[in-house]
Amino acid sequence: MIRIEHINKKFKKLVALDDINAQFDKGQVISLIGPNGSGKTTLIKSILGMVKADSGKIFFNDELINGDPSYRSQIGYMPQIGRYPDNMKVGQLFKMLKNIRNVSENKVDEELIEKFGLKQIFDKSMRTLSGGTRQKVSAALAFLFNPDVLILDEPTAGLDPLSSEILKEKILKEKSKNKLILITSHILSDLDELTTHIMYLQEGKQEFFKEIDQLREETGELKLGKAIARIMKGEKFNSEWIDGMFVVGKIKDEKNSSLPSE
Amino acid sequence: MKRIPRFLQNDKIKIMLKLSKYVLYDIVRSKVILAYTAFLFLVSFSLFNMEENSSKAILSLLNIILIVVPLISMIFTTIHYYNSYEFIELMLSQPMSRRKILLSEYGGVALSLLSSFLIGVGIPVLLYSPDSVGFSLLFTGICLTLVFTSLAFLTSVKARDKARGIGFALLLWFYFALIYDGLILLILFNFSDYPLEKATLVLSALNPIDLGRISIMLKMDVSALMGYTGALYKDFFGSGSGILFTVGIMLLWIIVPLWWALRVFKKKDL
Repeated sequence: MIRIEHINKKFKKLVALDDINAQFDKGQVISLIGPNGSGKTTLIKSILGMVKADSGKIFFNDELINGDPSYRSQIGYMPQIGRYPDNMKVGQLFKMLKNIRNVSENKVDEELIEKFGLKQIFDKSMRTLSGGTRQKVSAALAFLFNPDVLILDEPTAGLDPLSSEILKEKILKEKSKNKLILITSHILSDLDELTTHIMYLQEGKQEFFKEIDQLREETGELKLGKAIARIMKGEKFNSEWIDGMFVVGKIKDEKNSSLPSE
Repeated sequence: MKRIPRFLQNDKIKIMLKLSKYVLYDIVRSKVILAYTAFLFLVSFSLFNMEENSSKAILSLLNIILIVVPLISMIFTTIHYYNSYEFIELMLSQPMSRRKILLSEYGGVALSLLSSFLIGVGIPVLLYSPDSVGFSLLFTGICLTLVFTSLAFLTSVKARDKARGIGFALLLWFYFALIYDGLILLILFNFSDYPLEKATLVLSALNPIDLGRISIMLKMDVSALMGYTGALYKDFFGSGSGILFTVGIMLLWIIVPLWWALRVFKKKDL
């Protein structure tokens, strides 16, 4: 569905993406992981055409992305930090997007609007919303037009546990409809139950792109966090990030069978 | 049958109109544009009422318009661009081309500034001085609004942050409204031994404010005071080709910066 060939991107001297190649297909849930500043968001934005890569090609359904924006009608995008026109009301925002997309009322997917209770805040202006509520609006917008591809940039960051659970359920539901879902997250336990493939980026380089089962087999670990930690330990990528990740994993699991320092 | 250009196809225009509608809605809510309209209206009305002679009033109005219209157009457009950055970002994640997004923004801003000008200055002029001088004043005002909106889009797209954007806009305004005249005077003074009439004609085209000023001045009696240069100007700008020249140069001043802004915007990382 999405094919990426030799994508390179530099911001001044900083290498954001270094020769990325990948093929994403229907029914897959791809987790993009890596430390801060490893190029995850840049990769996502290049797929969306918001960032223009210096070289390389991106294909959507075998068609090269350049200029024609119509492919974006099949993508639902939830940004890391949702920024919306300040003096617009929540209801107006949804109405405007439906109006611009010209989609009939019965074709939109308003499940998240219902479940997040966004209808009650339709007359609040976007300026007054908290970070978490904004995140809910972003999520509801991403799913609104029933897209074939969902691109979610840190979807659960800033959401309360209940909302985060609702969102995860929704993602699982869409996964079962044979959609392609791209997720970035630092909370690996969230990804555990969703993901089918892992792409690990570091300093713009694609360190690996593997199926989760293969990863589990190779490492003998069931938990995603531990599996990745094991790989990293062997190859000594960025130990600090892995250690940090492990601490999170430890607190979550309440058991510490193996620490990387052992 | 003549082929319709791609950008004029019906549904594309429809989407742009829709977007422009939201831009306009956003602008009207901010009320700055209403204040601008009221300001222009008050100034024009009081000038026409204070001066006995309507052509004197037009002359005073001209001087105010040549300073205020470019300044407000640039500052308002720049601030609007940065304030609607979120809107632009949101639209970019939708199936919407960058060209369409920027052109709808331009349409919305230009339309609101133009209606302000036409209400604030147009109505008083039509009431008190509905002659050729009045109409060329309106024409100049309309052109200057569009030109400086284009220029402001160019500077905003090029500058990364709001402070720099407004700084650039102010600098450009200073240049066109004040510095440029100083430079011309300097040239005229230093090269006064040479015949410069043709050269000044070219120089005036390089500044839309000057071009507007000259084309109106020549419609008034004051051009008699400008001596030989004035006579030459009157000869040229008064003729049919002179009017075409003015319109053409103004159009270039509108289209070229906007086209350049579109080019920059297309390649920009957002």
